Amino acid sequence: MRTTLKVLAAGALAVSLVACGSGTDEPGPDAGGGATDGALTESDTLTVLTHSSFALPDELKKKFEEETGYTVTYTAPGDAGALVNQLVLTKDSPLGDVVYGVDNTFASRANDAGVLSPYESEAGSPDESLAAANLTPINLGDVCINADKEWFAEHDLEIPATLDDLTKPEYRDLLVVSSPASSSPGLSFLIATIGAKGEGWLDYWRALDDNGLLVVSGWTEAYYTEFSGADGEGPRPLVLSYSTSPAFTVQDGGSTTEALLDTCFRQVEYAGVITGAQNEVGARAFIDFLLSPEVQAAIPENMYMYPVVADTPLPEEWERFAPLSDHPISVSQEEIGANRDQWIKDWTAAIS
Amino acid sequence: MDQGLDGGDQLSRLGWRAGWALAAAIPAAFLVVFFAWPAATLVARGFHDGTTWTLEGFTAVFESRRTWRAVGFTLWSATTSTLFCLALGLPGAYLLFRTRFRGRDTLRALVTIPFVLPTVVVGVAFGSLLRTDGLLGWLGLSGTPVAILAAMVFFNYSVVVRTVGTFWARLDPRLTQAAATLGASPWRVFRSVTLPALAPAILSAAALVFLFSASSYGIVMVLGQTRYSTIETEIWFLTTQLLDLPSAAALSITQLVIVTLALWLSGRAQHRMTRALRLQPDVAEVTPLRMSMDWGSVLVTLLVAVVLLGLPLANLLWRSLHLSGRLTPDNFVRLGTQEIFGATVWGALRTSLQTALAATAIAVTLGVLVALVASRRPRRGGARAALSTLESLFLLPLGVSAVTVGFGYLITLNRPPLDLRSSLILIPIAQAVVALPLVVRTLLPTLRAIDPRQLEAAATLGSAPLQVFRRVELPHLRRGLGLAIGFAFATSLGEFGATSFLARPDNPTLPVLIFRLFGRPGAESYGLALAASVVLALLAGVTMALAERLRPKEVTSW
Repeated sequence: MRTTLKVLAAGALAVSLVACGSGTDEPGPDAGGGATDGALTESDTLTVLTHSSFALPDELKKKFEEETGYTVTYTAPGDAGALVNQLVLTKDSPLGDVVYGVDNTFASRANDAGVLSPYESEAGSPDESLAAANLTPINLGDVCINADKEWFAEHDLEIPATLDDLTKPEYRDLLVVSSPASSSPGLSFLIATIGAKGEGWLDYWRALDDNGLLVVSGWTEAYYTEFSGADGEGPRPLVLSYSTSPAFTVQDGGSTTEALLDTCFRQVEYAGVITGAQNEVGARAFIDFLLSPEVQAAIPENMYMYPVVADTPLPEEWERFAPLSDHPISVSQEEIGANRDQWIKDWTAAIS
Repeated sequence: MDQGLDGGDQLSRLGWRAGWALAAAIPAAFLVVFFAWPAATLVARGFHDGTTWTLEGFTAVFESRRTWRAVGFTLWSATTSTLFCLALGLPGAYLLFRTRFRGRDTLRALVTIPFVLPTVVVGVAFGSLLRTDGLLGWLGLSGTPVAILAAMVFFNYSVVVRTVGTFWARLDPRLTQAAATLGASPWRVFRSVTLPALAPAILSAAALVFLFSASSYGIVMVLGQTRYSTIETEIWFLTTQLLDLPSAAALSITQLVIVTLALWLSGRAQHRMTRALRLQPDVAEVTPLRMSMDWGSVLVTLLVAVVLLGLPLANLLWRSLHLSGRLTPDNFVRLGTQEIFGATVWGALRTSLQTALAATAIAVTLGVLVALVASRRPRRGGARAALSTLESLFLLPLGVSAVTVGFGYLITLNRPPLDLRSSLILIPIAQAVVALPLVVRTLLPTLRAIDPRQLEAAATLGSAPLQVFRRVELPHLRRGLGLAIGFAFATSLGEFGATSFLARPDNPTLPVLIFRLFGRPGAESYGLALAASVVLALLAGVTMALAERLRPKEVTSW
């Protein structure tokens, strides 16, 4: 018992030490208001915060360093959700100067917490539907159900088309999705069902569940372990993935999979200047750089998303096999921001 | 003259005390700065909503049935996994460390491989076996608690085999020989002589397995297919997805209480059971395998090696040799030649090795200090209690969520002189925090088991404390060092939790590279990810085998 007490006492001591420490907080950075035009900060280093799927060719990154003279450090501390939460958590001492990878499911949280400085690049897309306060859209993609065409041909079954089809008995035990509580495409699909079904979204999920839905933890487990159309050769022919995934299952001039374009949620990824940045000039330059023709052209092959700048050339296979949906299901960022956490909690209570 | 001697003696005693205090202070400072302070700061944020202190997190969390289910499942899964690891690991420890047969060293290396595999790899290796059309699909285990348990045992089996095995190898064989001569049956000898003698190592291993199991995130998520939650998965969800710090803090405190309780229980049991043993500094005699006697251990170990460890690993290897359905070494060829996200596998390998070396150096240096201090035998009860507290404190990092520590780093190590958030050195430091407990637990049972008469005899024969230390304790310490280094290195190689929060896309470690490859569509990415996983597995096996060969040149027997 004595040991326990000591351990607990040590813990309490650590906590109280911390409490003392936080009393000497530095005054918060005054960047919030002061860093509009006029006096932008600058330094010779630039820290770029990205989500964990960020990738660009080395030549491009080097080119940016050479042109601007900055020494650039990239850190990638997690998916879009973890990224925004870290920004919020470190508001008083920012993790970097510029963030790339905040998406439309988390943009409102970043803005509500005031971790972004006003800057929207003029080089960006004029498309109003992509706009978000203090953020510049960089790329976009559709999260959609994908089907293994070969499997459906072999089983002489029509490929489902709509969300409602997925609850029909002939498609029993065929669908695998990743959880909205632990994966970013999972959250996108949850929002898609809310956009499509409104108040009845939980009933829709119960119907999916009754029809043999399998929920796994992440995209990798869904796509590579359970899905029949990818290299893992799993048992299920319907999987939650991206509208671009069929471009990666091309065999003999045709793709063996296809995206169901009536089930898509459009995910937009943004970049923004972090409030309190040490190098706001560099942060803005980096956002402009992300919109430059070379980077936009490199996005498909490196990050599997569509560039936002119109007329950017796409890989040939994308033109043929990876179309965007022309009627993605949409939910406003404000609505997502206001309800995201509750939706996830309700979903978790009902389904998992 | 006499007085002078006395004074000198006292001075030297004081000097020793100061030395021991310093030896304790250095690792303690490390633990406070890189573990306790960050974790406590994050937890404190949950109790302080900016203006006042609040306990709303506790109320919200403990009114929810979900919390109690998570607590229940955590306790159940960690306890069951510990029991299974012990039941399966003890025969393995005997076979791999007390007997001699062909292929023993390979088998020893093989059992360690799972320990370093990132969960995403384990998910692929197990998942495709267990899914409905998989080789073991008929068992219907996909997404069940049994699948979670199987993966926990897969990971932790080697902890028991190695911790107990190295200890067993050095047990004086005369103990059992005497009992056998007196007519005891082999089972009786095992139960009444061997088992009690092994108790400290068994308890040490059990505590480690319990902590690893209770704090595993990936295994529960991937193999439980999100249907089961533990305290750890709830903390991740609340922190990384919802940023609900009050609730996460309440759960972190709960986790701390459970871990503390577990450590206290194991510490008490260990105290009761540790007796001074005659340990040989060198490996005791190893007998050739005799099937008539050892068939039970052989059967159990064969089953574990083939089914639990062999099948998933073979599955991984088999898949890595396929590209678009064809059998080919292409994935490995491309892995060696192709650039991946501006990095190459060689670069990742180098980063992994450098990071692991740095983490091992930190963890082993500090671990040796802790083990030496904690193995002192003060006469006063208070001092003894303080030492056992010290030892327990160094195990806490295993029981506290990586996400709590990782997010804690972000809000504490943010100003000079400790502005380390974007510094590369933070990665090996974070890994050393996780490896340190393993090093301590590996070294301590050996030091504790030194017969006090050995120490007294040396002292009586006129050896100065420094000489006693050099002649008696150091040789024992060295014998355990190979294992400690191996474990620290393996922990660092495979660490993904804390590393992922600090990841640098330009210099990924091998697990980070694998994770990112598995996150991309296309046969090529998948093939590369599998090949890189096999490389990581090989690396783990090879380094563990090498660590085992780390033997001091001078032969120490006395």
